[in-house]
Amino acid sequence: MPEIALEVSKIFAGYVPDLPILRGVSVKVKSGSLNVVIGPNGAGKSTLIKAIVGLVPVSKGRILLGGKEMGGIKPHLIARHRISYVPQIDNIFRTLTVRQNLELALRSSDRNTNERLTELLIKFPILSEKMKEKAGALSGGQRQFLAVAMALATYPDIILMDEPSAGLAPKAAQEILELLRELSNSGVAILLIEQNVNQALRLADHCYILAEGRNQVDGEASKLLNDPIVGEIYLGGKRLRAGG
Amino acid sequence: MIGIFSYIVFFATIASILAIAVLGLNLQWGNTGLFNGGVVAFFGAGAYGTLLLGGSPQPDHIAGFELFYPIALIGGMAIAGILAWVVGILTLKMRHDYLAISTFGVAVAFENLMRNAEWLGGGAKGLRGFERPFRESLGDGFLYNSVFLILVLFCLLATYWFLEYLVSSPFGRLLRAIREDENAARSLGKNPAQIRLTAFVCGSVIMGLAGGLYGTFYAFVSPQDVLPTLTFQIWAMLIVGGAGNNKGAVLGAFLIWAAWTFSGWALSRFAPIEAQLYTGSIQYVLIGLVIVTMLLWRPQGLFPERLVVSQSSLR
Ligand SMILES: Nc1ncnc2c1ncn2[C@@H]1O[C@H](COP(=O)(O)OP(=O)(O)OP(=O)(O)O)[C@@H](O)[C@H]1O
Ligand SMILES: [Mg+2]
Repeated sequence: MPEIALEVSKIFAGYVPDLPILRGVSVKVKSGSLNVVIGPNGAGKSTLIKAIVGLVPVSKGRILLGGKEMGGIKPHLIARHRISYVPQIDNIFRTLTVRQNLELALRSSDRNTNERLTELLIKFPILSEKMKEKAGALSGGQRQFLAVAMALATYPDIILMDEPSAGLAPKAAQEILELLRELSNSGVAILLIEQNVNQALRLADHCYILAEGRNQVDGEASKLLNDPIVGEIYLGGKRLRAGG
Repeated sequence: MIGIFSYIVFFATIASILAIAVLGLNLQWGNTGLFNGGVVAFFGAGAYGTLLLGGSPQPDHIAGFELFYPIALIGGMAIAGILAWVVGILTLKMRHDYLAISTFGVAVAFENLMRNAEWLGGGAKGLRGFERPFRESLGDGFLYNSVFLILVLFCLLATYWFLEYLVSSPFGRLLRAIREDENAARSLGKNPAQIRLTAFVCGSVIMGLAGGLYGTFYAFVSPQDVLPTLTFQIWAMLIVGGAGNNKGAVLGAFLIWAAWTFSGWALSRFAPIEAQLYTGSIQYVLIGLVIVTMLLWRPQGLFPERLVVSQSSLR
């Protein structure tokens, strides 16, 4: 496994030509580390992750995945480079059953799929009771667990997650975050977008603060936790969010 | 008595042939979400292809390769498939409304090509020189039509089972996933463009089969058989039956075809003489009404696809 799972250097990316949302964002994710990206709404956090997996065109800068340049590669081909992406919304297929969702994710794996399915169900016991139900009928927390299970199905080297704990009860949110911590301890690199700043910073190794499409601050998560700048840039944004 | 039977056989043959075409459309629209507004082009490609390959040589156009019938039929399906592949490569990047318009255009172009390229399809006079297989031993009457109905029913059942198998297979799961959320499917390493193209070609080959059988039944095809109204009827069948459900597609075909023939009969029987001239147009108005009523009253069709309507999302 390469030491640096993902390196994003000074990328410009956006949804329409000549209107970059990201203006020179850089991120470095080591294998087995948990990295959290925070920032106000509209900062470009989701756009960053989408740019990495090829869903948003990158006009400048470089993205290296496991040391390989990903520029101009189609999203479904990037997805085969041992990377998993869990979108902010619509991260499961509602009209398929839980089992079908898992099998869909598993089919891109080359290992024994039945074995993997059993492993996943041991890790996510709530899913094993719901296998025959349509994913659209799951609760929000159960959906997030399903989405994480799908992301894990192919033994990725790196997982990108967009606000997996959004809308969850504090306990479920904590469970998800702890699960991610465990995963990274087992060697998976994780890049996580999170609004539960306090919880996330306690568990993460490294933190990036993004605003207006640029890196603002980054550093060791434990240090940023007590940093007044975080409060100023980020918690201000959070209060806005709560108000709106 | 035999009159009624032979009418039932006739009715069932045409309804079953159309049901096959509706099944093809169901794969495209019902299962994959591809709006094919030019069904008749692929139906026509199958009909013209089968008759061209299986017919006898003609002096004034290229028709007639006298191929063994099953090969001619498969050839017709292949021609429909090739047409779909070309059209698919060019248009499947477009979504919904654009795809509908461009496929509609393809169908109009196909009809005009057949109407004008006399060397190819015999022009407006249609394609002649095809003899129904086994005509010598079965004759032209009731016996022939009954045996042919059995062939058509066999094709219908085979198509039905094939599609039922397909939608429950991993490929079917993939189709539904892509229809629901293309980007999420991409992130799982699936290639939506390629999967959509496969479904489009596959559905069109099935329409080609329907067209091939239709041409065989009449031993004749002309530009009159590939008018946009046929696309419209096939869509009506799918909408009434229930998009996404193969059983619904077949039942919709029988229901609409019954309504169509019955209204034609009733109009010619009971409508005042002055209105008789407009029977055809009145039938289209009636079908249009059925579609609109259906869309207002029961948009999912009589036999809807079984999907849960998900509870409201937490976000
Ligand atoms: N599909 C899209 N098309 C065009 N512009 C978009 C699209 N999605 C997002 N944007 C714009 O890109 C900017 C950054 O959006 P992004 O979703 O990356 O923010 P975010 O940091 O993830 O915010 P949040 O915390 O609300 O999820 C916003 O100004 C938004 O309007
Ligand atoms: Mg976001």
